[in-house]
Amino acid sequence: MTDTPLENMAPIFRAGTSDAEIEAAALKAMQRRKQAVLFWRLVILVGILGAWELAANRLWIDPFFYSSPSGIVMRLYEWITEGTAEGSLWFNLWVTMEEALIGFFAGSIAGVLVGIGLGRNQFLSDIFSVYIKAINSIPRVVLAPIFIMIMGLGLASKVALAFIMVFFVVFANAFQGVREADRNMIANARILGASNWQVTRTVIVPSAMSWIFASLHVSFGFAIIGAIVGEFVGARFGIGQLISIAKGTFDAAGMYAAIILVMLVTLLAEMIMTMIETRLAKWRPQQHTDMQ
Amino acid sequence: MKENASQTPAIELINVSRRFVSPTGKSLTALRDFNMVVEPGEFVAVVGPTGCGKSTTLNLVTGLARPSAGEVRLMGGPVNGIDPRVGFVFQTDALFPWRNVIDNVMAGPLFRGKSHAEATRSARDWLARVGLSRFEQHYPHQLSGGMRKRVSLAQTFINEPEILLMDEPFSALDVQTRTVMHEELLRLWAERKASVIFVTHDLEEAVALADKVYVLTAGPATVKSVYPINLPRPRVVADIRYEPRFIEYCRTIWEDLRDEVEMSYRRASQAA
Repeated sequence: MTDTPLENMAPIFRAGTSDAEIEAAALKAMQRRKQAVLFWRLVILVGILGAWELAANRLWIDPFFYSSPSGIVMRLYEWITEGTAEGSLWFNLWVTMEEALIGFFAGSIAGVLVGIGLGRNQFLSDIFSVYIKAINSIPRVVLAPIFIMIMGLGLASKVALAFIMVFFVVFANAFQGVREADRNMIANARILGASNWQVTRTVIVPSAMSWIFASLHVSFGFAIIGAIVGEFVGARFGIGQLISIAKGTFDAAGMYAAIILVMLVTLLAEMIMTMIETRLAKWRPQQHTDMQ
Repeated sequence: MKENASQTPAIELINVSRRFVSPTGKSLTALRDFNMVVEPGEFVAVVGPTGCGKSTTLNLVTGLARPSAGEVRLMGGPVNGIDPRVGFVFQTDALFPWRNVIDNVMAGPLFRGKSHAEATRSARDWLARVGLSRFEQHYPHQLSGGMRKRVSLAQTFINEPEILLMDEPFSALDVQTRTVMHEELLRLWAERKASVIFVTHDLEEAVALADKVYVLTAGPATVKSVYPINLPRPRVVADIRYEPRFIEYCRTIWEDLRDEVEMSYRRASQAA
């Protein structure tokens, strides 16, 4: 899909043009296209930020509610150099990350284990599927007050919320991945001499892996949501708490600054995940990935 | 060995029936009063109309499925679960796409508890025999259909099966590759003479490869007739198809098979 514009741009060569010339031209066209994409991305970013800044500056929008890019940058700078109302920024960020990371790892490990376990056992999955569906239809964030009530304002309640948000996504995908494993491949492994455990390890888990990874991409975002919603409901530190305080003091810049922080962290986590996935999935046919 | 072995057939299906019960509770008969005998070292081909239950017979021999009635015996003993003496080549790709070629071939010995060094050694040996030594580190998606099939053969033969079951193994290949694979299969088979059941819908393939051709009826499948093929071995598959006796065999068996194929088509179009 991405190479259709290239095709259109490709020049028609004179007869007798050497392969090297054609390759060089194609390479150049590819580079030009990459640069064009980058250029337009920057234009859009600068355009939006500039328009926002200008609109706030000229009071076309109320900076009290909408803040402005320069205001947000200044608030971030202030947080970094002087710390926030609730102590250092890094500490607050760490608190949120700790909650999200523990919830993410615990939730995805549990999700994978339970998903594969139930996926391999028809009887158990028939029994539990109805309960899982029922629990899955609860919007997970409504559990936040209950967790805070039971586990208090500290780490545990946020981890529990992040866990429950991650668990179901990963579980559902791992379960589906196990179900989609090729029956011939399983039969092949068994005839070659694999025990049940060997079939699980060498056929089921690898073939469920791409499903599991697809869910891990989304679920880190879910872990962050869990941690931050938990902090909204009740906490002493964390990015959610910073947002909550900013809201209480009508500090729009503070709210946007916190949002940008979370966005950057999640983007970083996403990048790390993609790197791990590419390394693990080197057996897959090369596919046309979208332009980076 | 030979005299002794001829008394106990390698594979025996005695009055076997296989019924499936659909989730709605309706019963479906795939095999009915099915009888088949494969002597040790014999190459048996099974032909029949599509969807008549050819693959079901193979599943019964592997132990992946159990007969609803009747008995399946391997080397004179009953089938209890998956038998380690059995090797199976699938119609579709059953290679593990996340393992490279050599790891795919090594899978069998490793599953069976051989050491890594030993498995590597015999995998190298088998890859050399199927002419894929240069592709050890390739992944299945990087190979052509014919090469993948060769990996499958190596993966199956490395376990040195005494009983080799093949479920339309070459039907997905183009005609030229298929002829090459026939030669390859006969060469590998001649080295160790496993007892083979080769299921196919291609009558010429069956006659070219087999010692005995079973013709099945349209489902529920039962044996319609058995034809011994007395063509000399070693056979050159590419040339054998022009020999008058080969053509004679094909014509005779096709006369027999045609009724069943037509019946199966009629039923399919009535059902539609």
